[in-house]
Amino acid sequence: MFDLSYLIDPVYIATIIIFIIGLQRMSHPLTARSGIIWAGAAMLLATLVTFLTPALSNFALIALGIVIGGGFGYIAAKRVAMTDMPQMVAIYNGMGGGAAAGVAAVHLLGPVHFVTGSLAIVGGLIGAVSFSGSLVAFLKLQGWMRPRPVTFTGQQIVNMAVLALAVISGILVLFQPSWSPIPYTTALWLFFLLSLAFGILMALPIGGADMPVVISMFNAFTGLAVGLDGFSFATPNYAMVIAGIIVGAAGSLLTVLMARAMNRSVRNILFGAFGATEETGVQIQGSMKSVEPDDVAVMLAYADKVIIVPGYGMAVAQAQQKVKELMDQLENRGVLVKFGIHPVAGRMPGHMNVLLAEAGISYDHLFDRDEINPEFQSTDVVLVIGANDVVNPAAHREGSPLFGMPILDVEQAKNVIVLKRGQGRGFAGIENDLFYRDNTRMLYGDAKVSLGTVVQAVKKL
Amino acid sequence: MSDISMFWTAVCIVVLAAFTGYVVISRVPVILHTPLMSGSNFIHGIILIGAMVALGLAITVEQQVIGFLAVILGAANVTGGYVITERILQMFDPGRKRPGKEA
Repeated sequence: MFDLSYLIDPVYIATIIIFIIGLQRMSHPLTARSGIIWAGAAMLLATLVTFLTPALSNFALIALGIVIGGGFGYIAAKRVAMTDMPQMVAIYNGMGGGAAAGVAAVHLLGPVHFVTGSLAIVGGLIGAVSFSGSLVAFLKLQGWMRPRPVTFTGQQIVNMAVLALAVISGILVLFQPSWSPIPYTTALWLFFLLSLAFGILMALPIGGADMPVVISMFNAFTGLAVGLDGFSFATPNYAMVIAGIIVGAAGSLLTVLMARAMNRSVRNILFGAFGATEETGVQIQGSMKSVEPDDVAVMLAYADKVIIVPGYGMAVAQAQQKVKELMDQLENRGVLVKFGIHPVAGRMPGHMNVLLAEAGISYDHLFDRDEINPEFQSTDVVLVIGANDVVNPAAHREGSPLFGMPILDVEQAKNVIVLKRGQGRGFAGIENDLFYRDNTRMLYGDAKVSLGTVVQAVKKL
Repeated sequence: MSDISMFWTAVCIVVLAAFTGYVVISRVPVILHTPLMSGSNFIHGIILIGAMVALGLAITVEQQVIGFLAVILGAANVTGGYVITERILQMFDPGRKRPGKEA
């Protein structure tokens, strides 16, 4: 009789091909959605065919686990608001890392071959780090933990010591030397506990604004862990290996690209504890001048060209719908409206684009930093909505912690209006002298409420 | 196949996969970085099939408990990653209905 398990490998190969085509299709906005649908179908097929694996048992437990995990994942992902996407990506990524650590642990609890065992150790370490690190990222982004960097003296030494101990216990697991002070399973548990601890320690000193980079990095970690785990079976599971390594490589590239957008190295982001240091000796001249919504409406309505620069504050205030209304009103009056998007605005790369797209603003209105920067000089009004560090001219001043970060040069416009909740600082905790410039006016209050008032005022003009 | 040729096959596959990931991603525009991260988050959800096999072949109670947890986590990764990516990409779909909701 035809053995159904012969289906497994061809289906896995097809899955990989479809994954790659899916990612490929994601490189254009018009085809992107079909890409994920194809990938989803392939994943479903791969999952179903896995039930045909020879000698598989515990079917009920497997099905139960899929129902519990899948049910949770589905409901939570359907319910979450668009603005909370970054932390959801973080938490699901962490779960993938946890699963990878689990698969490695199951392998290491059985009879271990040296080569597959060492791959499982590395995969388990990376997976566990990604799991606990992503959880910390999630807690920080969700606001259940203070997003400021957590630092203490000797932090890097402690972190390195924990990592070293994790590696040592991993070596004990692998070689099981006769002189080992602890039995095999104790070493194994110790290995995983230390790996989890290292993940937490790694994420603690990273501030909220650097989270996009870190989530992307943990994403790459999980991919790598999954790839290595693919080897911990009697015959390597190349679907896992290839998919995992692709994600690992893609995630690493994305991490580097994002770090570059902030003009910082990944190393600096991980160990710099950005925002914990304070620039001294710089006196800011001038004062913050506030403005009323009616005046803003007049300035906008009679302008020729307006550039809107959104930041995380817009996401927090859920103001994107009001931004769209304002854009429509202004365009009806013949005002040219563009959006200037900083690559690291928000808490996720492309975060602003997603939110604006959700509000119905088409992507041909959105411009990258390099595209929009030459245009500020010829702009009548720039509307900065809840962005701070990405428009801070301190980035041009040597000695500032922000020095060298490419910013949006909004201060070159004739008028700058900054929508801000209060007089506080940005995530980086650095005073923004843009707010003190002569051509800057501050519109305090909740961005959604302020914009609503402005829209009404524009309508009346 | 001998162990050593298996080893080099594995290395070859890993290297090619890494290049594929690099090439595919380097062409993606910045505006799609979020869905891309979310999409690759979904793709590493393939750990689910590894977790299924690990649990399916588990012998000791310890292995079964950990395998079960791994299946739960993996399944959450897959479904959550898919739904979120799909929701994000829906926003870019030019044919979709514009939300007229007043929050």
